[in-house]
Amino acid sequence: MTGDVILLGLAGVIASGAPIVLAAIGETLTERAGVINLSLNGLIILSAMAGFWVAIETDSILLGYLAGALVGALVSAIVAFSSITLKQSQVAVGFILTITCRDLAYLLGNPIMGRQGPIMLSTPIPLLRDIPILGPLLFQQSLMTYFSIILIFVTWFWISKTKPGLMLQGIGEKPAAAFVRGANVSMMRYLYTILGGALVGLAGPLYTLSVKPGWKGTITGLDGIGWIALAITIFGGWNPIRVAFGAYLFAFLQWLGLVLQSSWTFIPSQVLQVAPFPLMILTLLLVNLGNTEWMERLLATLPDGVRNRVKKLIRSLRSQPPAALGTPFERQ
Amino acid sequence: MKIGFNQINKHFGEVHANVDINFNIQSGMIYGILGENGAGKSTLMKILSGFIQPDSGEIVLDGRVVEIESPADAIKFGIGMLHQDPLDFPPMQVIDNFIAGQEGGLLLKHKGIIREFKALQEQFGFTLDPEAYVDTLTVGERQQLEILRLLWLGARVLILDEPTTGISVQQKEKLFAALRVLAQQEKTVVFVSHKLEDVEVLCDKVAVLRNGCLVGEVESPFDTDQLVELMFGKLIILKDPESVSGDEIVFELQNLYIEQYPITIENVNFRLHAGEVIGLAGMEGSGQDVLLRACAGLQRPVSGRVIVNGEDLTGKNYHEFIRKGVGFLPASRLEEGLVPGLTLAEHFTVTSDEKQKLFIDKTYFRSLSEQMIDEYRIIGRPDTPVESLSGGNQQRAALSLLKDSLSIILLEHPTRGLDMESSIYMWDKLRERCKRGTSIFFISADLDEVLRYSDRILVFFSGRVSKPQDSAAIDLDQLGLMIGGKGWEQEIANEETYEAISNA
Repeated sequence: MTGDVILLGLAGVIASGAPIVLAAIGETLTERAGVINLSLNGLIILSAMAGFWVAIETDSILLGYLAGALVGALVSAIVAFSSITLKQSQVAVGFILTITCRDLAYLLGNPIMGRQGPIMLSTPIPLLRDIPILGPLLFQQSLMTYFSIILIFVTWFWISKTKPGLMLQGIGEKPAAAFVRGANVSMMRYLYTILGGALVGLAGPLYTLSVKPGWKGTITGLDGIGWIALAITIFGGWNPIRVAFGAYLFAFLQWLGLVLQSSWTFIPSQVLQVAPFPLMILTLLLVNLGNTEWMERLLATLPDGVRNRVKKLIRSLRSQPPAALGTPFERQ
Repeated sequence: MKIGFNQINKHFGEVHANVDINFNIQSGMIYGILGENGAGKSTLMKILSGFIQPDSGEIVLDGRVVEIESPADAIKFGIGMLHQDPLDFPPMQVIDNFIAGQEGGLLLKHKGIIREFKALQEQFGFTLDPEAYVDTLTVGERQQLEILRLLWLGARVLILDEPTTGISVQQKEKLFAALRVLAQQEKTVVFVSHKLEDVEVLCDKVAVLRNGCLVGEVESPFDTDQLVELMFGKLIILKDPESVSGDEIVFELQNLYIEQYPITIENVNFRLHAGEVIGLAGMEGSGQDVLLRACAGLQRPVSGRVIVNGEDLTGKNYHEFIRKGVGFLPASRLEEGLVPGLTLAEHFTVTSDEKQKLFIDKTYFRSLSEQMIDEYRIIGRPDTPVESLSGGNQQRAALSLLKDSLSIILLEHPTRGLDMESSIYMWDKLRERCKRGTSIFFISADLDEVLRYSDRILVFFSGRVSKPQDSAAIDLDQLGLMIGGKGWEQEIANEETYEAISNA
């Protein structure tokens, strides 16, 4: 394989990772506020169908994306209403919604099955596109891919560097403490659930209009992506940078599977297709080693200065879910 | 700021929690709100801090009637409250906790605020590391953080709800010193407590509540008997209980060696007699909790033996210990002691020895729980979920769940959060069991309690365990010194003779 081919492949990883990044970052925002939106998987499929349809009818890719985001926001509003206002189980509601949305997409999508639609082309950025290696890798992508990359950093900055972001963390951690600090817990949870859902809703059309163009009903191949995004949210410790890393890692492993399939013919192709999943679990284990007792004992044997530095490193890697995740908040 | 309560009334269902409360608090003083568990102190303070609204009556601040609609509203009026369980964000850094909730600006500007934080904490002699994570702090330090935060937000009235529960003696002194500084700065400190000794040393004036009514206001210097009479409606006389310790050895630790990072406990030898009460004293985290857990089979010793009623149970699990008559009541009631979500009756159903068949005999367990509610004076009904009981009542419920058949009871802070009358009652119940031959190990941060109820005391200091001290031969000051790590040289000299005796 030549360098150019590898570079092209890696650029493809960035592009095919983009919808997973959008979905996982959206879910990260929602979960940081303490709400689990389990409808992700169905929501991506439904918004993929809806976005594609609107794009065909209007011949506008932009409207296609807007339709996807709108579907995402609406479905998430149902999750928000039932969990925040009606205080119902977020797991049950999300689960039913995920199945409903998926089947609804297959049902309603029949008329547009196999139709030709607009495809989003890449928009190379002048000057930057000519930088060696980085140019072809990052700056010859589609607008949505650029957006997904910018989103990672904006979300990270919002959560960890701004006051509203700090309060967002607080709402997911201990809503009662956020409440005494003046936060409107319910309203914030609505906001982040709907905003997160809208971002997830962008992931769908990004598939049907760019990454895997077209709508082919049940064989569109989007079933499962939502669950992966949910898992990556957890793997990433609810931290946008790490979440994005997880999404790209997954896309990379998938690409690797495809590449190796042609050269390592002695391995059944199914093994390579499934391999990314256990590899993701392994990564999670490695990242969370610091929580174990034997690790603490091992650390105790180190000299003070080194120990503190290692501890800080482990601490920064540690991922704890927002403590109030999935629980309703009542004022008294 | 001058605070006025004007005809405050509050009902919770049938319960009239605050009845026509009228009184004023002047600024620049430390004002105590004293009362037993369930007297209505917390309700009144939650009204003042905007958590709940009164059914009738008004709050007057500096002569102006105000409506306080939320805690965030209260802080705008200059009223801040420290809750019994600190309302902070454990996985975040101190400085982020400090900033969260501050209005104005979008970006977090740590540098400048860290400087302000340090300047502020210097006034009170606090030494918090702004970059430490809150879940590494002690409860006392988390209180300090909350105090600083509320002051920074402009609190001129600071309400503290039972702040001395669960903090060390040193931290209590630091807290009291800080509160005195605040009073000097013309701030108003409202100190809610059921602990007479705290109120007496700290407060300038107290209001005593009983059954939701204000029964009296008393100014310093206080007369203890008068306060007790106001609190409980009668005088309570403390008697030292008689020892009922027998000769039979029911429990034995042999050369026990335990490691629980960062504590290592070496070479513990101990024999417990039937009916004996052993107090474990020491600063929090000195190893007493580790030893207690080893006695319950919850912590596996590295070496040594744990012998219960003549049977070697070393390395067996907690289940086996229970079967052999060892019961453990942990300090964290809702995490380890009780099952949140289950009602009182369901708790008795799960723990009872009787009627353990496939189907639940509801009438039987309902009447059993009614009987226990009565016997242990739990304020609640059989169908009350445990998490909605008040702290003191959760403690009573947890104690009532310890089976009668237990021969050894291990207790962590058995009366934490209970008022004087309740803890006396609790100990009466425990001593009754001792008369029937049950032995008790208990941890307490309250040295008076350790001295009063123990037959012998084990003192802990960073993993070191003293030889058993006869509680009649040691006084409060000596005990306090040992807990602080002094007077142990004598101990080392004695150790060898002690070992010789115990091995004999």
